[in-house]
Amino acid sequence: MTTLTDPPKETFRLGMLIYDTRYRSMTIQVVALIAFMLLAAWLISNTITNLNTLGKPVQFGFFTETASYDINQKLIEYNNQDSHLRAAFVGLLNTLLVAALGCVTATVVGVLVGVLRLSPNWLVGRIMTVYVEMFRNVPVLLWIVLAMAILIESLPAPSAFRGDDPSSTMKLMDSVAFTNRGVYIPEPLFTRSLGDIHLFGASPVRFDISLDLIAFVLVLGLSIFAARKISARARAVQEATGVRPRTWHVNLAVIFLPTIALLAALGFHLGYPALKGFNFQGGTHMRNSLIALWLALSLYTAAFIAEIVRGGILAISTGQTEAAGALGLRPRRIMSLVVLPQALRVIIPPLISQYLNLTKNSSLAIAVGYMDITGTLGGITMNQTGRELECVLLLMLVYLVLSLMISAVMNFYNNRVKLVER
Amino acid sequence: MRKSVFLGALTVAGLAAGAAAAATLDDVKARGTLNCGVSTGLAGFSSPDANGNWEGFDVAVCRAVAAAVLGDQSAVEFVPTTGKTRFTALSSGEIDMLSRNTTWTFSRDNDLKFTFVGVNYYDGQGFIVPKALGVTSAKELDGATVCIQTGTTTELNLAEFFRVNNISYEPVPIETNAEALQQYSAGACDAYTTDASGLAASRATFENPSEHTILPEIISKEPLGPLVRHGDDEWGDIVRWTLNALIAAEEMGVTSANVEDMASAPTNNPEINRLLGTEGNLGEIIGLDADWAKKAIAANGNYGEIFEKYIGEKTPIGLARGLNAQWTNGGLIYSPPFR
Amino acid sequence: MSDTHGETVRFVRETMLPEREPPTSQVGLLGWGRDNLFTGPFNTIVTIVSLVLIGYLLAGLLPWMFQSVWRADSLSECREIATATWGQSEGHACWAVIRERWPQLLFGFYPSELYWRPILAFALLIVAVAPVLFPWASNRLLAVSAAYPFLLAWLLWGGSIWGPVMVAAGFAILYFGVTLLSGRIGALGALIVAVVAALLWWLFAVGPVAGELARLIPIGLEPVESRDFGGFMLSILIGVVAIGCSLPIGIVLALGRQSDLLIVKALCVGFIEFIRGVPLITLLFVASTLLNIFMPPGTDFDIILRVMIMVTLFASAYMAEVVRGGLAALPKGQYEGADSLGFDYWQAQRLVIMPQALKISIPGIVSTFIGVFKDTTLVSIIGLLDPLGLTNAIRADTAWNGVYWELFGFIALLFFIFCFGMSRYSMYLERRLRTDNH
Repeated sequence: MTTLTDPPKETFRLGMLIYDTRYRSMTIQVVALIAFMLLAAWLISNTITNLNTLGKPVQFGFFTETASYDINQKLIEYNNQDSHLRAAFVGLLNTLLVAALGCVTATVVGVLVGVLRLSPNWLVGRIMTVYVEMFRNVPVLLWIVLAMAILIESLPAPSAFRGDDPSSTMKLMDSVAFTNRGVYIPEPLFTRSLGDIHLFGASPVRFDISLDLIAFVLVLGLSIFAARKISARARAVQEATGVRPRTWHVNLAVIFLPTIALLAALGFHLGYPALKGFNFQGGTHMRNSLIALWLALSLYTAAFIAEIVRGGILAISTGQTEAAGALGLRPRRIMSLVVLPQALRVIIPPLISQYLNLTKNSSLAIAVGYMDITGTLGGITMNQTGRELECVLLLMLVYLVLSLMISAVMNFYNNRVKLVER
Repeated sequence: MRKSVFLGALTVAGLAAGAAAAATLDDVKARGTLNCGVSTGLAGFSSPDANGNWEGFDVAVCRAVAAAVLGDQSAVEFVPTTGKTRFTALSSGEIDMLSRNTTWTFSRDNDLKFTFVGVNYYDGQGFIVPKALGVTSAKELDGATVCIQTGTTTELNLAEFFRVNNISYEPVPIETNAEALQQYSAGACDAYTTDASGLAASRATFENPSEHTILPEIISKEPLGPLVRHGDDEWGDIVRWTLNALIAAEEMGVTSANVEDMASAPTNNPEINRLLGTEGNLGEIIGLDADWAKKAIAANGNYGEIFEKYIGEKTPIGLARGLNAQWTNGGLIYSPPFR
Repeated sequence: MSDTHGETVRFVRETMLPEREPPTSQVGLLGWGRDNLFTGPFNTIVTIVSLVLIGYLLAGLLPWMFQSVWRADSLSECREIATATWGQSEGHACWAVIRERWPQLLFGFYPSELYWRPILAFALLIVAVAPVLFPWASNRLLAVSAAYPFLLAWLLWGGSIWGPVMVAAGFAILYFGVTLLSGRIGALGALIVAVVAALLWWLFAVGPVAGELARLIPIGLEPVESRDFGGFMLSILIGVVAIGCSLPIGIVLALGRQSDLLIVKALCVGFIEFIRGVPLITLLFVASTLLNIFMPPGTDFDIILRVMIMVTLFASAYMAEVVRGGLAALPKGQYEGADSLGFDYWQAQRLVIMPQALKISIPGIVSTFIGVFKDTTLVSIIGLLDPLGLTNAIRADTAWNGVYWELFGFIALLFFIFCFGMSRYSMYLERRLRTDNH
């Protein structure tokens, strides 16, 4: 113990910043940060110099100017005297609409195709394989353009419905018209409507929500909640006595009677489209651009989802299927009760990224003239005002926020599903 | 120059690149080619043939400028631009001039900072409809579906026209002319609106041109012409006076056939002599060779010849001169004097 | 019991029966059909419906495809010929447009007498990636892989050979600087000196030296402007350049994302998530409208280079995630093993971790490439003449105005063949790599 000497005195030398592992990480980080900041400063100073030379300093004032262009597809009220910001908002809602429709359809089709690819029916399996490979290996932009072309070329023009002996007629008891300008379907109307609530006053992001819709959703939600309570009660009875009371007729009544009563009270009826002048009037007009984009995006994404679903199902060991079979479950119930719930754990993370892809791919709407946010803010507004920097940066920001929100929601759901894991 | 651009991409180009904002003429001469923005495709005005050679009315203007500046009408790099990308391509310096049926408007001139150097085609926005529709005036289009090209002045004119006349319509925005024509001919829109010249050009390509009619209303003024960036007036003058030379040549009867003869010796018309450089020093004043205008005219002929060759009545486009006749024939095409 | 029973038995078989053929309904086409197509009433219905569907589709498609016009100079001539032959112009393809324009769809406006250059570049590409993709390829081909980026640039853009050679020489300086100097002034010092020397070389020496050499020994190809690039050549080029350049960037980003250094990690995560959160089209808008504004005044990249830069950034974020997956898939023992051998961080990455992680990532890299290759069609929106952009240019020609399905069908077919082939190959690779690991 006498040999023990004092540890050498810590003296700090500059070289230690590089050679001493305790300090090296710090050095690297500081250098990285400085390099990043220098790069950012360089880009920003270049931008400012260039914009000053062009005489276009960064400012967002143009957003309040009159947009003076029309948008055909709009979920909220808009006319060409509204501001550019309002137009961007209309575009954003259109993006959300097609993304939501696309995600739902893609999931349904994708799961169906993924399951059918494993079908014992050889022909069905092959058809699904051909579908998946066809859609996965051709660019989505091409599918969008082709979907639009097919709709335009194969469906009749509204003029074909005209005259004494029209070459086309409306389908489904004269309620739906398929034309090459879009599909006209009946719209819900209320004779004793509750009116709308107006949100955000006169600001560019103002919008109306129909009170009828709120009432409908509220009543339906309450009914379903009640029905689930009844079912839970029935299950409790079943566990206690072994006999499950018949509840389906009660459930049906609980769900439908209040809803029907509400609809009757509001004076619900359908407004049918009818050919007047150049176009069909009345009803809801689902434009070709929306349908083409929706179809192409969901079929394209569905091909990827199908592969994910198939992979997920194959990842479940055959022992699970056999055990379920030994319990006497039918093949379809094995799929829905045993295999799919387990496969979901494997399926959901890649599914999230497919939803993100679909949302981002919806920016290709521009190819078919669907006025999403890329078409309004990143398209006409940018072109008419010449404010490229502001428009593109804002556009990126919107998509970034959208992506992060979808990730957040889906990750939350994923974590809930994961909890089941043992 | 090309190589240095490429190396620049591999290394850190920005540091090595010099400031080149001022003199476009010097840039063009150093580069040896003129970068000219044209439409990605508009029948008669600009389209590539099977060998990739660009041809058309707008293209001919680029070629004339290249001939005047560089002495070689083929020394042009054609940069295809869309309605959206054209202005940024010009303001960022990617192209030296834009010749892409672009309407001269106040805001484009002042807000977007461009100099329109003249008008090579006086146009106006019109409508085409199928005859079967039975429409004789644009004001009868209440409730109609109208196809428009986005990123152009036409969609603003359209919105204004229908608002002022207090009638409703459904716009179908479409990216390209070809796409719009496909929708129109399939009946997905009742009417298609764009510059009247474009309508005539498009009608020519239909299966049955006689079944379509162009409505009498012209709802806007669309003076189309080449443009350059603000801030380089010398370059703007070169493009302006090249266009004027083509116009003046037609007025004075100088054609691609006789321009060599006329330029070989002074004629007895002094203005022709000044134009072709056999008298005076106009070329020197503008910073070009004495025979700059001769080369520009020899490239594709004078204004009238170019018109007849690409969009005139003998072509499938079949446009009459109309407003675009020389002022001596009752049109608006007029060149200031060469003096 | 047995006796009485034995007496009642009249017949006892003493030899095995010969095997008999299974009933005809169980074997051959019929049996296969029963097993796979007509297992029950439901399956039978499904099969019949599918058959009707296929028949309907083929009945529409086949006459259109095969009763078609191959020789004509314009769409109207096509229509005339179709009417003369089959009595109507509808329902008959006009392949004449493909016949006339296919070189343009493949090569854009690249000069036709120089087509051998992109073809050679493409063939060399296969040689260059062979050591990675094919097990039988000799590792000596790696020399081709190293030289390939410079060869590609030289072959496609042409010009003097000395430019690319001198740029390559910069990399040589970098490499030899590090290996020769590291013995004397330590690894980090050598790296810094080498990088500075290479940068100085690229910035100040390459231009004059290459120019001088080009004057003395003029070896070169006819230069071609990148604006003349188009069609599938452009798509493949953008895809190859983006994947090639994004691989090193992606590796760095992936390592940064995995590292313990907080700021470095935050920067990498920020970059990756930003790029992955925005659509490619907005990045292309940046390329077409903003990139020149971000650069010092007077810089002018041409649009194809700008698009390549943005697509490279786009691909590198995805590549980083692929590489990260490869890193995560490595067993922890590999990291610990490298540590126990006394390797420092970079040695461990270079000698142990990366070779294995990259090998696992190859299928992911291939599928990223397929994705980027498909996404190159988006450049048509900003006015580049890729196959989709060219369809607009072709239809603007008065002769072909109105042609639609033929062009899109041809393009879709080419994309399909290319992507399908790649994805099949990537699946094969995945299988091969999996068996290697076990």
